[in-house]
Amino acid sequence: MTALLEIDAMSVHFQVGSGMLRRGKTLKAVDNVTLQINENETVALVGESGSGKTTLGRVVAGLGSTTAGSVRFRGAPLEASGKIQMIFQDPFSALDPRMLVGDVVAEPLRLLGRGKARDRRDRAREMLDQVRLPKDAAERFPHEFSGGQRQRIAIARALVADPELIVADEPLSALDVSIQSQVLNLLMDLKESRQLALLFISHDLAVVHHLADRVAVLYLGRIVEVASRDGLFKNPSHPYTQALLQAAPKIGMRRSSQTTMLRGEIPSPLNPPPGCSFHPRCPKARDICRQVAPALESAPGRTGQLAACHFKD
Amino acid sequence: MTEQIELTQPNSSTAKALEVTGLTVIARRDGTTTEIVSDISYAIDRGRTLGVVGESGCGKTVTSLSVMGLLPANLSSAGSIKIAGHEMAGASERTWENTRGNQVAMVFQEPMSALNPVMKIGTQVAEVIVRHRGTSPRIAHKEAIELLAAVGIPSPEVRANDYPHQLSGGMRQRAMIAIALACQPVLLVADEPTTALDVTIQAQILDLMVELQDRTGTAIQFISHNLAVVSQIAHDIMVMYAGRVVEKATAQEMFSAPLHPYTRGLIETLPDPDRPVKRLPVIPGAVQSMAAGAAGCRFAKRCSLADGHCAQVTPALELHGSDHWVACHKVPA
Repeated sequence: MTALLEIDAMSVHFQVGSGMLRRGKTLKAVDNVTLQINENETVALVGESGSGKTTLGRVVAGLGSTTAGSVRFRGAPLEASGKIQMIFQDPFSALDPRMLVGDVVAEPLRLLGRGKARDRRDRAREMLDQVRLPKDAAERFPHEFSGGQRQRIAIARALVADPELIVADEPLSALDVSIQSQVLNLLMDLKESRQLALLFISHDLAVVHHLADRVAVLYLGRIVEVASRDGLFKNPSHPYTQALLQAAPKIGMRRSSQTTMLRGEIPSPLNPPPGCSFHPRCPKARDICRQVAPALESAPGRTGQLAACHFKD
Repeated sequence: MTEQIELTQPNSSTAKALEVTGLTVIARRDGTTTEIVSDISYAIDRGRTLGVVGESGCGKTVTSLSVMGLLPANLSSAGSIKIAGHEMAGASERTWENTRGNQVAMVFQEPMSALNPVMKIGTQVAEVIVRHRGTSPRIAHKEAIELLAAVGIPSPEVRANDYPHQLSGGMRQRAMIAIALACQPVLLVADEPTTALDVTIQAQILDLMVELQDRTGTAIQFISHNLAVVSQIAHDIMVMYAGRVVEKATAQEMFSAPLHPYTRGLIETLPDPDRPVKRLPVIPGAVQSMAAGAAGCRFAKRCSLADGHCAQVTPALELHGSDHWVACHKVPA
């Protein structure tokens, strides 16, 4: 296995509310994250809103900068090479409404200065065909397409410059159920035929299980657990991962009340709790958790599985 | 003669919280008529939850708005809607105003746009109590704080003075539920109430709704595109497709033995960690709107079982088994 992307002790901190006479606060959106994505591997990032998964994805896609640590692609610092592309959640706002779909899809090639206008147009048509859109799609405007079709256009745009890594930020959650599986299958087919690596950001654990090779769980900007898909779903080590899996809705019997083990909500990242930031919601929390932040270390009896918890399983 | 009296006489002791019969909703735009909801009938008993399932464009939300008397002016409806035995079809706006918030209340997907942004949360709860029960503002405020506590908002006497933007999404949805339950309605209509929330918060809100229903006996019409979420809360399920009811059964029956190809498709297209597959089955195509009066099964174009008969003749909703209704020519009788 060759590392394609190496994120090393990366932090993204924002200064909030600072002014001429005010010091302001530091929002630690991503804090000291180390993660590796190998060639042709799908890594899923899961966590609740405010966990930092979108910020992390944007940095990897070159849409944000780090305040500490490094991100390296094939051993070199990130640069605008077209090798990493992004697919966004909302296919309605991700496509320029005044551009023809053919031009939308060819845009990355134009920005990278690749080929002549005519070659780029041909390439865009080829891509639209690969994502199974009708032949005349290139001459139409984004508003003429449904949500699922627009997400296909966004996928075509992401693939046109032959990337090696795709960052997909909740690419299914704005779509209807029957459309989700269509797009999910397309994504898997393309990943296989083009040997792509994928950083897949999602809150939907069932979809993550279907797609991912490895999963990283984020809580308040930090990775609390990272493991192979089966390791994480069968033997979760961190209490937060366990709670997330338990809360994920599954088709089953009507619940009786009080079945949820996780109380409370994710705290504001502007004012994270001291020690382990999960301690106010954690059923296992003791004194040490309120004082010392646990390091991400091997979970006992689980090969290749890391968890950041003083009392990990 | 006696029958007619019985039909119009209000009867608050009936077991049915809601009874919808032959509801049809039509939109007229640019000279074309579209049937958004076509001749649907269903009922919800007190203390029961009906899950309404389907994709966007299936008529779920328009059905709820009809039940709330909140249909936009460009839509016209026909059929009967009885709330706790009272006929509401054709009721005046004044009657609806006395019913909404009192007998029937609604929880929306996005609490931020449903709440008044410039009014404190406590005041918004108290307002409903004053409006429908004529309680004095002081007593209503006290009750409002009790309600905020009942829906699990911590330190409610402090939070009552917060404005909606000061609350998290989950807390806002709890406040919405407090407002909806302020007058102990016979029916709560919840339209995608957990869709905008994180999974852990979603689980908490579902727990809360189950707990409150056990305590108050309120009937719930729970609308969601998410089958897994619906299965967690509903006693009965109604699946809608392009404005028609295609299947209706108890939740247990619906998820263990679905009969309609659309329902089966919806269940099969969901990835399930307990039953991993290499490739997900798909329902090809997308929901399309229907011209009024068009015959044939509306799912026919996307259905792998469909033949010429399906495209021409509308299947009736028929009984299969004890309480399992299906509208499909291909389901053996």
